[in-house]
Amino acid sequence: MAEIVLDNVVKRYPDGALAVDNFNLEIADGEFIILVGPSGCGKSTTLNMVAGLEDITQGELRIDGQVVNDKAPKDRDIAMVFQSYALYPHMTVGENMGFPLKLAKVDKSTIQKKVHEAAEMLELTQHLDRKPSNLSGGQRQRVAMGRAIVRQPKAFLMDEPLSNLDAKLRVQMRTQVSRIQKTLGTTTLYVTHDQTEAMTLGDRVVVMRGGIVQQIGSPQHLYDHPANLFVAGFIGSPSMNFVPGRLEGDGIVSALGEARLPDRIRQALERGNGSRDVILGVRPEDFEDARINGDKPGGRFSAPIDVVESMGSDLYAYFTLRGDVASSAELDDLAKDTGNDLHTDGTAMTARLDPTARIRQGDNVELWYNTDKLHIFDAESGRNLVGGDSQSAANAGTGR
Amino acid sequence: MSTQADLSRPAGGGHDADEEAVAIARKRASEGKKAEAKLGMMLCAPAALVMVAVMAYPIAYAFWLSLFRADLRTPDQNEFVGLSNYVTVLSSPIWWTAFGVTAFITVVSVILELVLGMLLAIVMHRTIIGRGLVRTSALVPYAIVTVVAAFSWRFAWSQDLGWLAGSSAPLTDRWSSIAIIILAEVWKTVPFMALLLMAGLALVPEDLHKAAAMDGGSAWQRFWMITVPLVMPSILVAVLFRTLDAFRVFDNIFVLTSGANETSSVSMVAYNNLIRGLNLGIGSTMSVLIFITIAIIAVVFTKLFGAAAPGSDEGGRR
Repeated sequence: MAEIVLDNVVKRYPDGALAVDNFNLEIADGEFIILVGPSGCGKSTTLNMVAGLEDITQGELRIDGQVVNDKAPKDRDIAMVFQSYALYPHMTVGENMGFPLKLAKVDKSTIQKKVHEAAEMLELTQHLDRKPSNLSGGQRQRVAMGRAIVRQPKAFLMDEPLSNLDAKLRVQMRTQVSRIQKTLGTTTLYVTHDQTEAMTLGDRVVVMRGGIVQQIGSPQHLYDHPANLFVAGFIGSPSMNFVPGRLEGDGIVSALGEARLPDRIRQALERGNGSRDVILGVRPEDFEDARINGDKPGGRFSAPIDVVESMGSDLYAYFTLRGDVASSAELDDLAKDTGNDLHTDGTAMTARLDPTARIRQGDNVELWYNTDKLHIFDAESGRNLVGGDSQSAANAGTGR
Repeated sequence: MSTQADLSRPAGGGHDADEEAVAIARKRASEGKKAEAKLGMMLCAPAALVMVAVMAYPIAYAFWLSLFRADLRTPDQNEFVGLSNYVTVLSSPIWWTAFGVTAFITVVSVILELVLGMLLAIVMHRTIIGRGLVRTSALVPYAIVTVVAAFSWRFAWSQDLGWLAGSSAPLTDRWSSIAIIILAEVWKTVPFMALLLMAGLALVPEDLHKAAAMDGGSAWQRFWMITVPLVMPSILVAVLFRTLDAFRVFDNIFVLTSGANETSSVSMVAYNNLIRGLNLGIGSTMSVLIFITIAIIAVVFTKLFGAAAPGSDEGGRR
């Protein structure tokens, strides 16, 4: 068990490409940290640098206060779980799990004992004598976990360990990973591109984009106070809706109509001293059928509903807003990542409504939205002008 | 459960009409299979015929000849002698000396080729800069005609002329000659070995190396515990090919020593009897014996090692 510190870590490839820029992170002993971001954001590179599989170009990596930049992976005492599982095909499950101990010259009876303990924890006991090729995807994944657990390393590194599983198994394994980490209390650095995994697993989440840390914080904090457009759009499913708008007097004008801003937001905007052109962010759950919410303070607008999906507990309404589309490099990146980069006429919006809302496809419905929960971003820089935590926003800014 | 049973009833049959339909379906399927098999045979036939003409017939004819006293110097004394040619050859010290030399050359050169070939394969596999150049230059020896290379070696080891010999005359002594023959063999076929092994190395996923490094393996441990077991099928194929090839060694010996000082291989002895001595009976007997030896090597390799090679069984490969 250990604390890991990344101090201004930079990774630059010989061809000049910058993969990770100025990465700063202090991981406390026993903490579960998630690195999340779209593909190519440098999260795996960061993990490989901690593992020792890639050189660190600049900066310092300290494990338990000791600089380990130049130590070989085998001398760092950290275990890694790979996306491909990387099980040794010529060894049985038991041999695979005992391999790190065998290399460490642990005596046979101890190896057996530890392998059996881990196998029990992962429900692999009856598979110990089988070869990996005879196992299902979920079982292989557990063997890979077992190999990491058996040697009781200082830290676990996990590189998208659940991506190769089908959706149902992934949810199941997610809980198991979380349980194992809590039981063992081992410091864990976990890389994923799936924001749901990030939200559900991590003590803290590091959102990366283009090799730069965008924001670090607890999942709830990132959800409530995203530092910029990118974090706001990445965290949360379905993702936040973005509409271009303009601050005018005490209110804001956008395709969502004209709305008075609450005092808290107005004061924050005055402090921020940003431009008048902004991008409005509204979480799907901050919409409601205007008939249900009656005269609560908030904004109101009408929109023709394209599609209605009833999930039982919620009702998802999809609609399109005519007019300008909020555009920024960050939003383009997000769209590219989700493969949702087809340009439609207008802004596609998602609202999560109360199931009692009587809305049908094709209706022109009056919707209400909670101005108290509005996120307002600078249209130019993408910075959150209200309530995003200023520190990491500044951090992300200097990284550029 | 009850719905499942309901669903399965129409498909499972139970009525006469259904059984009839099943019979028709079976007949059609087997007819289709037969037609396909016939087409397959016809497509293979030309190749099979060529193989019979150039391989099966000569082998059978050599075996037939080996049962005769057949000497072209005395063609009118040809007669069927049964296995007496085999007795003659197998009780001859010339044959057994040649057999010993051949076995020695085979074993030593294959071991050297395996070690050097593996090194070269790793170098070619791991090179990042100038990969094409490294691979091409490594293959040069294999591209040179054996006889040409052998003449170069002979020249190089000639007394007072060759750049390697100086004032010594290594090709006039038995063991130094054999060493030079092995050198020529190894130099020429290491690239071939390396190519086969490199194909095997490429099949080991990079993640396994990374995982083994994370598990605490040094480079040496990773090589022996991960790379070698996973490349074993390639190693066996390469060693088998080279063993069969090396056992038939001919051109290098023919050029370098012509079999002087008891450096003949079995192929040389067979050639000397069959072509030079015009003794078709004894020569054919030797050819058949070489053929049998090689067949034994091949069978032993595939039966003993083939089954034990990790990865060659069902469970080994993913």
